[in-house]
Amino acid sequence: MPTYVAHDESDYAPPTEVAEVELYHPKTFLGKYVWSQDAKIIAIQYGVTAIGVGVIALVLSWLMRLQLAYPNQFSFIDPSNYLQFVSMHGMIMVVYLLTALFLGGFGNYLIPLMVGARDMVFPYVNMLSYWVYLFAVLLLVASFFVPGGPTGAGWTLYPPQAILDGTPGASWGIILMLVSLAFFIIGFTMGGLNYVVTVLQARTRGMTLMRMPLTIWGIFMATILALLAFPALFVSAIMMILDLTLGTSFFMPAIVSKGQALSHDGGSPILFQHLFWFFGHPEVYIVALPAFGIVSDLIAVHARKNIFGYRMMVWAIVAIGGLSFIVWAHHMYVSGMNPYFGFFFATTTLIIAIPTAIKVYNWVLTLWRGDIHLSVPMLFAIGFIFTFVIGGLTGLFLGNVVVDLPLSDTMFVVAHFHMVMAIAPILVVFGAIYHWYPKITGRMLHDGMGKFHFWITFVGSYAIYYPMHYLGFMGVPRRYYAVTGTNFIPDSAHSLNVAITIAALVVGAAQVVFLYNLVRSYYRGAPSGGNPWNATSLEWQTPHTPPEHGNFGKELPVVYRWAYDYSVPGVRHDFIPQNVPPSEVPSGSWAKP
Amino acid sequence: MTITLLFLAGLMGVVVWWLLRESTRVQPWAVQGPVPDVHTATLPRHAAKTALIVFLAVATSLFALFISAYAMRIRLLDWSPLPQPRLLMVNTAVLVLASLAMEWTAFAARRGDQDRVRAGLAAAGLLTVAFVAGQLVVWSQLAGAGYFVATSAATGFFYLLTAVHGLHVLGGLVAWMRPYARARSGRDADAARLRLGVELCAIYWHFLLAVWIVLLAVLVSKDLGLSICSTAVPL
Repeated sequence: MPTYVAHDESDYAPPTEVAEVELYHPKTFLGKYVWSQDAKIIAIQYGVTAIGVGVIALVLSWLMRLQLAYPNQFSFIDPSNYLQFVSMHGMIMVVYLLTALFLGGFGNYLIPLMVGARDMVFPYVNMLSYWVYLFAVLLLVASFFVPGGPTGAGWTLYPPQAILDGTPGASWGIILMLVSLAFFIIGFTMGGLNYVVTVLQARTRGMTLMRMPLTIWGIFMATILALLAFPALFVSAIMMILDLTLGTSFFMPAIVSKGQALSHDGGSPILFQHLFWFFGHPEVYIVALPAFGIVSDLIAVHARKNIFGYRMMVWAIVAIGGLSFIVWAHHMYVSGMNPYFGFFFATTTLIIAIPTAIKVYNWVLTLWRGDIHLSVPMLFAIGFIFTFVIGGLTGLFLGNVVVDLPLSDTMFVVAHFHMVMAIAPILVVFGAIYHWYPKITGRMLHDGMGKFHFWITFVGSYAIYYPMHYLGFMGVPRRYYAVTGTNFIPDSAHSLNVAITIAALVVGAAQVVFLYNLVRSYYRGAPSGGNPWNATSLEWQTPHTPPEHGNFGKELPVVYRWAYDYSVPGVRHDFIPQNVPPSEVPSGSWAKP
Repeated sequence: MTITLLFLAGLMGVVVWWLLRESTRVQPWAVQGPVPDVHTATLPRHAAKTALIVFLAVATSLFALFISAYAMRIRLLDWSPLPQPRLLMVNTAVLVLASLAMEWTAFAARRGDQDRVRAGLAAAGLLTVAFVAGQLVVWSQLAGAGYFVATSAATGFFYLLTAVHGLHVLGGLVAWMRPYARARSGRDADAARLRLGVELCAIYWHFLLAVWIVLLAVLVSKDLGLSICSTAVPL
């Protein structure tokens, strides 16, 4: 029987040694740590910036929750502020935190290391990508300080209200928001080209596509989605800027504002919704696919077991990516569109449940009879499975037109998407940070603080979002500054709001412990060694920890196996790194503890 | 959105085909043999070329979305068409010539004929500048006839689509400067990089031409039922 070698004849096996001149060598401190072209430094820059801006969004969510729990108690929160907090919280969390952290942060750090490359293929463009991203973040933050403040149009920025007088930030805030988004997209495209081309062309010898860790598959597919979907946001941002500044009528219908007929005529607000959600729905998977990939690796490593159904996992990632482009209008059931469209989009939406369910089954089957180590990364990974399943199930409710219509724009929707695309991915972010922090810094994060952080975050987010589903069923609308004078919302709903707010403040405070842990462990954490989790993938096999510039010393590793050789029978250790040739695998039998 | 969907369906088809080809007969968990030696005959595509192709997919997505938005908007009732500038056809011919000049230059670069590369690059550059200038003249003609950006939805889309295409052309010209400078310096050491640069330029120019033909078709063709430039009297 022929053994299937790493590269077949049509494929190219790159040379093991890379000429020194190909690497960028920083000469100064600034060149090494600030204007760095090393993907690992850029990853940390992305990560720190994203977490920093995420803290701002976290504080905004506290302010929202305070207002909802104790309406009219805080003089600094008026209705305009409240809408601005809502809008900026949403936009920052979805785009500037999660997208940037998963692709810019984990993508930059893990892709070259995991596929066995020296660096990204275009280090200079990679550096530019970060600085354009930072510029976009600064523009966004600047909108807090312009006259009128940031936009309060909701993160969806629907026209006409987004650019009409009377909406908070309709003069300056919205322009800064749109320009910032445009720059984010340009910066992301630079990075995204790098991630895709690096995966396609810079894999080391023996690293076939089907030997790549699922983390890389997730990030790779998410990058492709982002490259194709972000242009939709770009298009809508450009057209809205034109409507606002040059008075065109792409999105603006003939409209009377404050008693005056505006010069706009005949534009289509629905057109904006189509464009926005053509980006907006794939965006969910841009965030989810890297999380899927990372969680697969965390589970395999910490359950000491090969991932169940590797090929199925890869195909599921690709299928989800493809399907995510044909479900966008399920966000628009209430826009008055043709009911037959609604039927089509409800069907495609429910079909996505199939590949997603395959992934969930495979994670659970990987855990089944595994040698489960309940380390902090594993806790977060298991927490993700629960949260994602629960959030996904409410997605099945909302995917059906008749169920969605009464629930649309209620707290039920807020609870659904926070479970599925806020809490679930952020649990993976935490798990991934606990998992890879030893490689990034050479030190372990504090275990006790990590477990405290996990339990507060995990239980706390259920305390926040479970009751919110219930509020939604009662008809409590989202984005309302205060709900007063209604008969259908009982007083107990207000008590529930207070409880949710307290849970939110506690969960938020627990993140301070996490940030403290990050800083403290950098200086005082226990040294981790090169491979603290006994993992097989290439990033744990580097000669130095943290990996030096160029990642792998003089010679790039050669890959002989997939990344999931855990607990192989007849082998002395319960893991075989990817770069160990078959002839050097020590025989014997590992003892299951 | 049908146009974008068709584009994406095609793209996902390619991804799925590629994935099936790569994965169906591979058993990643099986113990596997050694890595073969380097096959010099099958050198991979240069990374820059792959990056350009990926970028063109992104740009195609961008244009497909603009055209989708246009196709959705045109169905609304208030659509008021504008006259067809005759100059558009001349500009199209100029862009076709620029694309041909680029192809000719790439052919010369493959044979290592430095003089022709220099001449070809210069000609392609000039023709491209002429195209951009021609588009600006079209704009001024329309503006002179009273069709400004905000006059109607049709003018808005006309200016928007031509501007986005024009910006891509200008971006191409910025990229064009590097191989041109290299061709001017004429050092032999640069020959391989020059050849790569010229090839990349040629791919990009053909892409620009293809996009422009599609844009022209949707802007002026009555048969597609989309045209904005459809009043009886041309400009």
